[in-house]
Amino acid sequence: MNDWSAVLRRIRALTVKETRQVLRDPSSVAIGVAFPLMMILLFGYGLSLDVTRVTIAAVDLDASSDSAALVGAFRLSPYFQVIAVHSIAEARTLVLDRRADGALLISSDFSRRWHHGGAQVQVLVNGTDANQARIMQAYAQGPVANWSAEYAGSVGNASTGPVVVVDRMWFNESNDSHYFLVPGLIVLVMTIIGAFLTAMVVAREWERGTLEALFVTPVRVGEFLISKLLPYFGLGMTGFVLCLLAGKFLFHVPLRGSLPLLCLASTTYLLVTLGIGLLVSTLVKSQFLASQLVLLLTYLPAMMLSGLVFDLRSMPAFIQGVTYAIPARYAVALLQTLYLAGDVGSTIWPKLAVLTAMAVGLLILTRLATRKRLS
Amino acid sequence: MRSSLYRILALIQKEFLAVLKDPRSRTIIFLPPILQSLLFGYAASFDLNSVPYAVLDQDHSAASAALLSRLDGSGVFHRQADLARAGDISALINSSRALLVIQIGQDFERHLVMGEPALVQVVADGRNSNTAGTAMGYFGNVVDEFNADWRSGHGQAGPPVQIVMRSWYNPNLDSRWGMVPSLIGTLTLVGAMMLTAMSVAREREQGTFDQLLVTPFRPFEIMAGKAIPNVAIGLAQSTTILLIAQFWFHIPFSGSFVVLYSGLGLFLMAAVGLGLLVSSIAATMQQAMLYAFLLIMPFALLSGLVTPVKTMPEFLQSALLINPLLYALDITKRVYLENAGFAQLVPDFAPLAAIGAVTLSFAAWFFRKRLA
Repeated sequence: MNDWSAVLRRIRALTVKETRQVLRDPSSVAIGVAFPLMMILLFGYGLSLDVTRVTIAAVDLDASSDSAALVGAFRLSPYFQVIAVHSIAEARTLVLDRRADGALLISSDFSRRWHHGGAQVQVLVNGTDANQARIMQAYAQGPVANWSAEYAGSVGNASTGPVVVVDRMWFNESNDSHYFLVPGLIVLVMTIIGAFLTAMVVAREWERGTLEALFVTPVRVGEFLISKLLPYFGLGMTGFVLCLLAGKFLFHVPLRGSLPLLCLASTTYLLVTLGIGLLVSTLVKSQFLASQLVLLLTYLPAMMLSGLVFDLRSMPAFIQGVTYAIPARYAVALLQTLYLAGDVGSTIWPKLAVLTAMAVGLLILTRLATRKRLS
Repeated sequence: MRSSLYRILALIQKEFLAVLKDPRSRTIIFLPPILQSLLFGYAASFDLNSVPYAVLDQDHSAASAALLSRLDGSGVFHRQADLARAGDISALINSSRALLVIQIGQDFERHLVMGEPALVQVVADGRNSNTAGTAMGYFGNVVDEFNADWRSGHGQAGPPVQIVMRSWYNPNLDSRWGMVPSLIGTLTLVGAMMLTAMSVAREREQGTFDQLLVTPFRPFEIMAGKAIPNVAIGLAQSTTILLIAQFWFHIPFSGSFVVLYSGLGLFLMAAVGLGLLVSSIAATMQQAMLYAFLLIMPFALLSGLVTPVKTMPEFLQSALLINPLLYALDITKRVYLENAGFAQLVPDFAPLAAIGAVTLSFAAWFFRKRLA
């Protein structure tokens, strides 16, 4: 009963076949190597939530020396580029044509009312991009406060109120968005390689009938699944290492937790995505359906519902409930914590346990769903 | 001419049958856009509805209580814990139980009364620095209100100039108003490119494409027969999302449907053209799928959907001129919210038409080449 050596031999043979297939298909290599590199570049250089200079159309209906000084304060601000216009309609046209981001409106009684104490200026923003509009509103406080401080001298610290807020950002002192984007990047890369690629490959074998051909051989289902897992696991780890190196040497994101824990968390998540890929392809047995389902079930949620870009706390309770079923949610929290906060046991162990349970559950389900049976 | 039209119609019918006859594939075409526009409409927001915070009040004065009750009354801030020691701060932040910890020193009220700056320290969880920045901004607003009240209540002069903030086209600055119209373009791009690339690749993989080439169809007719059904499916998907935006999310549509659909038509021709381009270099469905994905990824990330295009480096911005989604998002948002007309959208329509013309002619040329 030299059973085990036969098992190992069959797994080895199948793994070699699968690995060759991966390496020979340019699209697999593209996803394993080119995709992580592309994402690193895009995330590193393309994505930024900071606003650079905004263009504001200034409508000065007062045309007094006071109002001119206020417009001057906007001109002096590094955040604003000022275009002088004559009417609010003109300003609106500029905004509609994307030549200005908003407008500053100084009404004709500005100077008179200011000398009576109680002037108003209006800042109008284009709300189409609400996030940008908010940032612009915050920027507008600066020039007005400067003008007040300088012009209205007597009020002294007009820009600061009685209560002054001193804020500190933990874990990301320099407020660098790479700090939270790089851990998320690893999750995205693992999702694509683990689920997307695997689903396509196994569904193709079902579609072409090569799996049925395999079933007449002595190969057992478990052996077949292991041989499918190994090459893609390797490909996923390649992507992981690329991201890890980029995070360290390109973006200088600190790794405050331990490297072994980071590898453990990433490996577990990779097993979950591989499990989803295998299960979906086994269930639908069609490349088109498998690819669409995997995209829908793994990639888009990993992007939108994992807390990677959009914070989970912004979402309504119902959607937050949905996110608990999404593996990427746990992976993003784990990697962000390990990278930026360190080995925080109370966060890490429960989330790692959930991911492990998901991985085991998915692989068992896949094992049950794959039958050596002809349909 | 007439017989050519009939041949194209026959191909279109065949293509619709191939996609729509399988109930599973019907579902996969229409269910995802619906589910995603609902989910992402709710999820994709940079606004915070709830900020869990903890407080370390070392002053225990009427003033600190007034500030905190203002915070609790804001509807956004939810107090998770009252801390006794500064040493407890890190545990709360580390475990993500609190996004902010507010520390009020013991001289808070005394400083306030004496007219000296009264300091409030805020510690934020910067693991997502964007969220932390937003939460700190909200806190700053509450403190501003507190300051204004304190000044007027204690006979101090208010600020000499008051800024009145108003917003055009989105009065409450709800980020959903920009996001949901953007999904019309984004979700349709994914659908149209993948569907087109896969439909040709499936025929190539199964060998039916070569059969098609030996029929009397001309290359142009094959191209049109592949493109038109996919553009039509894309338009149906866009309409579904448009209906969800209006009737589910109640985002008022202020533009013209003629302008919107002209833009969407051009956009879908460009997307389908790119899908055909992908299928021309892909020998199998797997390759078609992965290559399409490798194109869609940067298109979606660099379209202004999540982060503004203006902040991207110059070289990326110029590389992005071939990104159809960039123009589609501009068109959908501006028509939907700002009632933009044809004249304003020429800079979007022209490049879309160019991308469509180039990729579709390339596809026809490629089908001819395979014939020869």
